[in-house]
Amino acid sequence: MKMHLTLLATLALTASPLVAQDLTVTSFGGAYGAAQKEHMIDPFVAETGTNILFEDYGGGVAEMKAQVEAGNVQWDVVDVEVIDLERACAEGYLEVIDQSTLPDGDDGTPAAEDFIPEALANECGVGNIVWSIVFAVNTENGPGPQTIAEFFDKDAFPGKRGLRKRPQVNMEWALIADGVAPEDVYETLSTDEGQARAFAKLDTIKDDIVWYDSWSQAPVLLNDGGAQMVQSANGRIYAAIKDDGAPFSIVWDSHVYDLDVWAIMKGTPHKEKAMEFIQFATRTVPLSGMQDVAYGPTRRSAQALLPEDVKQDLPTAHLDEGLKADGIFWADYGESLGEKFNEWLLQ
Amino acid sequence: MSDTAAGLNPADARNAARDVRRRKLQAFLFVTPLLVFIIFAFVAPIATMLYRSVHNPTVANLVPETLAALDDWSGNAVPDDAVLIQFATDMKRMANDRTSGQLADEINRALPGMSSVVKSTARSLRRVDDAEISANGATLLLEANDRWSDPTTWHALKAAGQVYSSSYYLTSVDLERTADGGIAQRDTQIYVKLYTKTLRMALTITVLTIVLGYPLAFFMAHASDGLANFLMVFVLLPFWTSLLVRTTAWIALLQTNGVVNSSLMALGITDEPIEMLYTQFSTIIAMTHILLPFMVLPLYAVMRGIDSSYMRAAISMGSRPLGAWYKIYLPMSLPGLSAGALLVFIISVGYYITPALVGGTDGQMISNIIAFHMQQSNNWELAAALGSLLLILILLLYWLFDRFVGTDNLKLG
Repeated sequence: MKMHLTLLATLALTASPLVAQDLTVTSFGGAYGAAQKEHMIDPFVAETGTNILFEDYGGGVAEMKAQVEAGNVQWDVVDVEVIDLERACAEGYLEVIDQSTLPDGDDGTPAAEDFIPEALANECGVGNIVWSIVFAVNTENGPGPQTIAEFFDKDAFPGKRGLRKRPQVNMEWALIADGVAPEDVYETLSTDEGQARAFAKLDTIKDDIVWYDSWSQAPVLLNDGGAQMVQSANGRIYAAIKDDGAPFSIVWDSHVYDLDVWAIMKGTPHKEKAMEFIQFATRTVPLSGMQDVAYGPTRRSAQALLPEDVKQDLPTAHLDEGLKADGIFWADYGESLGEKFNEWLLQ
Repeated sequence: MSDTAAGLNPADARNAARDVRRRKLQAFLFVTPLLVFIIFAFVAPIATMLYRSVHNPTVANLVPETLAALDDWSGNAVPDDAVLIQFATDMKRMANDRTSGQLADEINRALPGMSSVVKSTARSLRRVDDAEISANGATLLLEANDRWSDPTTWHALKAAGQVYSSSYYLTSVDLERTADGGIAQRDTQIYVKLYTKTLRMALTITVLTIVLGYPLAFFMAHASDGLANFLMVFVLLPFWTSLLVRTTAWIALLQTNGVVNSSLMALGITDEPIEMLYTQFSTIIAMTHILLPFMVLPLYAVMRGIDSSYMRAAISMGSRPLGAWYKIYLPMSLPGLSAGALLVFIISVGYYITPALVGGTDGQMISNIIAFHMQQSNNWELAAALGSLLLILILLLYWLFDRFVGTDNLKLG
């Protein structure tokens, strides 16, 4: 009898996590994931009673491709960087979203006018945040470089530079530091001469570069002295300054900004529920909650809700100093430049 | 069989034959589970990989009619209108069932920059009606983007349309097929360098494990049982620890402000930290540590079996100890040495996790670039070709080894 009870208890325990998940939402985790959980997931669960499994991934289209091609789609809603969105949508890994069903802003502005245009530019996604790749400096040993040209000047500013190990953004920065106007960067990069010019500029600091693979390593490198200046997603540095009081400063010169969107996996059995979630998560109030990690909201009505002092820390306050990451360019040249970048690393 | 059968009466011969058959069947049944496992877990994946590296039907499935129409194309100018109209029709269909991205991806691989051309053209043709396409398809296509009037574009489409192609193998040795069918060096030279580097690193690691492992195994083989067992625990202890834990321990030791650097600076040997982590040096040192047991274990097993009286005999007959070791002991320990060397070398050629964690950029090996093509660039065909080439390389080395050292000489314990 006792054994039967134990058995029943075990069954009951193992059965509870097996309660059908109504929806699986996948995003990038960390401080950003926490903000999404607080402002989007939890309120949605409270309002609708939906069971949500909130998962992490590292970005890119490989996992979506694997799920869709194997006919075993496990995610329903996924947070996609616009730099990957073009490819994921065109290769058929994402459902087309009917953007006319998005609710009006809380101030009554229709969705089509309330969203910034880039947020609805692709039919497979709805903009979620504006975020940016900036460089940050550890100010313990003086203010450090203030422009991207100074970031590449190792005589005036000696020390290690932490960069993410991929051509994206590094190639753009190298050209801007070499004097190319931001609006001409992608056109220049699509020529062989332009690519050679970017690599030549990167060569000048190659010995001082510390390469890293995931965004979470950037504040760590800056903190433990592995690098004096690092490339980073702005929110990670903001969180380190705000939560840990780290002596970092963000430099906005020539930052490369991009959007993240909510998208729906192709072939999900929960398409309607997924759409319902996206309609909820991209309403004015949930979007304004992304200020917790210094990512700008994609609705004008949400921007209006932010306190003045926070606005200064958002990419949206610095758009004229920055460059919009070009997803179409990287869909064209990501692979060939990735190879050339690897070859350059091996030299 | 017939000789033995001659002396037996027919019934006995039948019985004997049945007996042999039964025993063969029995032996086969014992092996069957392993055989099935090997077929599913080893032979099938490798066969799929080999097939995938030469077989890529994506484009051929997407635009079969256009490719058929391109068969008669001269190759010097823009294809004639019939081909263009057929392609415009295909593009419209792909735009509507969202497969244009797949075509874009494949053509872009042959000709970078084509991805956006294919996608924007598909978008512009999506809402055009069929009658308009069959009348003006050629003009519409050429107006959508001027790269369609460049023969290079059509060469790229034709090349991408081949179901069986050697292009991934050519890429994996840094070659490419030119428009006129010849073979030339690619602009980017990366894979041959990586293969050479991988082999060089594997060789360095093998030599290091021999230098470290041979004396240790020799000492253990001639120590008392108690001491030998005690030392054996030290050899095996790292073997029982998780690979990740050991690799992470090396990160803690070697990093800029890690244990090694702080000790060196405290001792005044160096003023500023030496960069050791994320270099080829750290990959080699961590892998040597991890692979050392694979060298020590076969060596120790063989050395235990060598009768020490041979050495004593040689020395008593006037040989110097070093000469006796070289002439008598080394050849006798060779089976263990070659087994260890082969194990360490082959394991390190395909090693992935340690270089990925401590290798930085110049400590990367070929397996890391294969993983890159599997996980990030989504170029599974190239990954398969690179992997197959690695397999061929290892088989070749094994054959050379068999030729010069002989696999009969292998002794794993």
